[in-house]
Amino acid sequence: MTFEIRRISTTAYGREIIRSSLVEKTAIRIGRAAESDIHLADLAVTPDHVHIEQLDARRISVRATGTLGFDVDGKPVLTAEIDAAKGAELRLGGHRIMVASSEDGAVVLTVQRVEALSDASEEKDEIRSFSLAGTMIGKRPLAWGLALFILLAFLAVPIISYALRPAQDTRNIYAVMKEKDAQKDMVFGDASWSSGPLSRAHHGLEGKCESCHSQAFVSVRDTACKTCHEKVHDHAPLDRIRGARAQPGLGGQFLGGVAHLFGRPGEGACATCHIEHEGAGPMEPTPQVFCTDCHATLSTRLKDTKIGDAGDFGTAHPEFRPLVQVAPGKHPRFDRISLAQKPKDDSGLKFTHALHLSKTGGVARMAQRIGAQQGYGDALACKDCHRPTSDGVRFQPVDMERDCQTCHSLGFETVGGTVRTLRHGEPDQVIADLRAFYRSTGPVVPIQLGGMARRRPGDYAAGQVYHAYFGAVAARPNKADAAIAAVFSKGGACYDCHSITPPGVGSNASWDVLPVHQTSRYFTKGWFDHKAHDTETCESCHAAPTSKAATDLLLPDLKSCRDCHGGEASNSDVPSSCALCHSYHADDGAPWVSSAGVARFDKLRHDAVKDKRGGS
Amino acid sequence: MATRLSPPPSRTSRQKGETLHEGFLRHANFKWAKIAAGLSLLVMVSYMLIDVTPRHNGGSWYGYTLGTIGVGLILWLTALGYRKRRMTDGRWSLKAWTSAHVYLGLSLIVIGTMHAGFQLGWNVHTLAWALMMLVILSGLFGIWVYATLPQALSSNREEMTQGQMLDGLRAIDRQLHDAAQPLAHEQAALVQMSLEEDPFGGGIIARLTGRYPKCATAAAQAGMRRWTGNAPDTGNDPLERVDALLERKQALLAQLRRHLRLRAMLEIWLYVHVPATFALLAALSAHVISVFFYW
Repeated sequence: MTFEIRRISTTAYGREIIRSSLVEKTAIRIGRAAESDIHLADLAVTPDHVHIEQLDARRISVRATGTLGFDVDGKPVLTAEIDAAKGAELRLGGHRIMVASSEDGAVVLTVQRVEALSDASEEKDEIRSFSLAGTMIGKRPLAWGLALFILLAFLAVPIISYALRPAQDTRNIYAVMKEKDAQKDMVFGDASWSSGPLSRAHHGLEGKCESCHSQAFVSVRDTACKTCHEKVHDHAPLDRIRGARAQPGLGGQFLGGVAHLFGRPGEGACATCHIEHEGAGPMEPTPQVFCTDCHATLSTRLKDTKIGDAGDFGTAHPEFRPLVQVAPGKHPRFDRISLAQKPKDDSGLKFTHALHLSKTGGVARMAQRIGAQQGYGDALACKDCHRPTSDGVRFQPVDMERDCQTCHSLGFETVGGTVRTLRHGEPDQVIADLRAFYRSTGPVVPIQLGGMARRRPGDYAAGQVYHAYFGAVAARPNKADAAIAAVFSKGGACYDCHSITPPGVGSNASWDVLPVHQTSRYFTKGWFDHKAHDTETCESCHAAPTSKAATDLLLPDLKSCRDCHGGEASNSDVPSSCALCHSYHADDGAPWVSSAGVARFDKLRHDAVKDKRGGS
Repeated sequence: MATRLSPPPSRTSRQKGETLHEGFLRHANFKWAKIAAGLSLLVMVSYMLIDVTPRHNGGSWYGYTLGTIGVGLILWLTALGYRKRRMTDGRWSLKAWTSAHVYLGLSLIVIGTMHAGFQLGWNVHTLAWALMMLVILSGLFGIWVYATLPQALSSNREEMTQGQMLDGLRAIDRQLHDAAQPLAHEQAALVQMSLEEDPFGGGIIARLTGRYPKCATAAAQAGMRRWTGNAPDTGNDPLERVDALLERKQALLAQLRRHLRLRAMLEIWLYVHVPATFALLAALSAHVISVFFYW
């Protein structure tokens, strides 16, 4: 019984050397121990790893002594029977043992180290191992991967989705929103293209880019805006606008050139002024420059214009031209006259603010007497007669019954505790009532028809018949005509406040009272909001306490507005662009920017009030 | 006391024709730094002076101008990757080119940001801006490591080449292997664990931090100390020899790993800089095309 053991070793130059030895035993040991028959200097092999026994001429059995097995033809086992003639490959740690049989019948075991004794000893690519190339994913695949991902996600997907959407959508956004499955018609993936959130008013369009950007590579057209904004009208006839526009500066020309080159609609398109994607708040107010491009030097281009040149509220704005009543009457005549010309505003009423607002004298005393009941102070104040409209923008017309009659009673008789009054605003009814009074029964006491005659303050509030004028009335005949003449004539109730034309003057058949028209909006081209100014006192703008004539126009002029307001870029307390007061698409409402502007100015005012309080 | 043998080189003592080494940062007395600073200043001043309504954005004429300059710069800066493979000298030497690359690249921070008018959001436009900033910042990091780390790299190597470091490790491994032959199996297994450890393994985090908490050699030595810790050093115990060898291997590994860490720091920025550049080019294309697609 012979084992032939062949050991193959490799020289430094890669040459193989085979040493052969014969072991005359029926069983041999393989292990790391030096006394083993086959000594393997391999730390992965135990000192006594396997025993090999010869069973017969051809077959051997291989048995691991411990729990650490070995591989036979790549399969881990603990014992194996091998036909040496057929051969097999054993693997113990880093060594390989080929089993074969020689021609003379011996079992040949060829031992060779096949693994380097350590990882470091293996072949290493020095450049790769020492650099990051072996550790990191390569720069090139990373670059390609990232670039492709970005191109796909941010370019290809939206464009393909855009190309595959249903034919051009001309539906109004409200129609799209009502649709059950609106998402399916929309372009996918284009949200990443939005350069910023839409304004609050257009929030519903967020993510529905194609509603406005309806054609690829074509900028937003007015038609897109007009699918919803159907009633917006132009600022002026188109040819006038064209003629009015100033030559833009170099930057503007460049932008115009670029816009023209790419087929973008130029000046005058909706999107020129109404700039979107600028933040989720209210839409940005249209900058002053969009107005002043034309209006700063309008008269040089539109020679026949009646509009004064306006470049900046603080420095270049014409004096206000309020709409004043130049001739009162049944058919009053109004005219826009510059405040510089100190126009008179004749409403047809006789009245002085100075008298009514005086802190002393009869009116003040009267206010004190009936103040507790009527809510007056020590003297009359503006608010006692002028009541704001519900939105606070303007004031309701002064109403005789509500605002004057508390003092200026029209009562003329008491019947069973009820005071009968003359009807205000209806002279014919007044005449008829007086005639009826004299027809029915003779007056027990003379009726009171006086107006402005001196009386005891406070005695004569609404609903009282005043008997102080026995003398005056007694002097008159107790006849209806005389009473009628008295009420309409100097010293009579109507005459005090109204201009009266007696019968016979002109073509008058009867007593005629000049109708009164109160102007509710003087500035028809601009927008003034009283509510926005409620931190101010009335007198700081309206010089009412010193006004001694009813025809005084108590409007503040441009200069007094400039105390607080300046141009858009000014250092004034309230920098004001054109759009604060003026609307491009002028209509009866507030300029569209107002809500945004007012919100901002509200804060300013709030801060100003706080400052004042803090300072006092 | 050391004696100074030669005076420190100074400008005045320089002879004609003699040149000091001048890196790309100082090239031509900071010519490109000055040009880039001037360009940035011009952009910043014009940004403040030019009144774009309602506020600065990429869609104004000023925005288009800056955008065009920005795209041109980005494409030219990217060309360094091609240009660096063809070394020439002269006015457009690679050094001059690199100097311009660095400083003009930095000026892109100003140009790109002013082009955007500081309006950032979750969109492809800001993606392009962010990638641009990533490229620039990674480039800045690259300049910083190039300026500071080679010194550390050199002192860590102690005159050894990379090949010598690896050979040293192999020599210790061979000695460990021999010394461990008489050991019992469980002790031999510990040594085998150390031998099988890939000195270049550990992944990118380990490379960059220099921390190898799963180091098999450290574990092997810790395990070995169970036997050697209480035993007297008799001088002929193979365990003691193995223990000493493991300690030497650890020291050598520490040096190798410091070397790898420094090399990784020198290289890692390019793994950001280059792929981010190509991602930027893609995002830039998407940015420009999308703007005109929906405009």
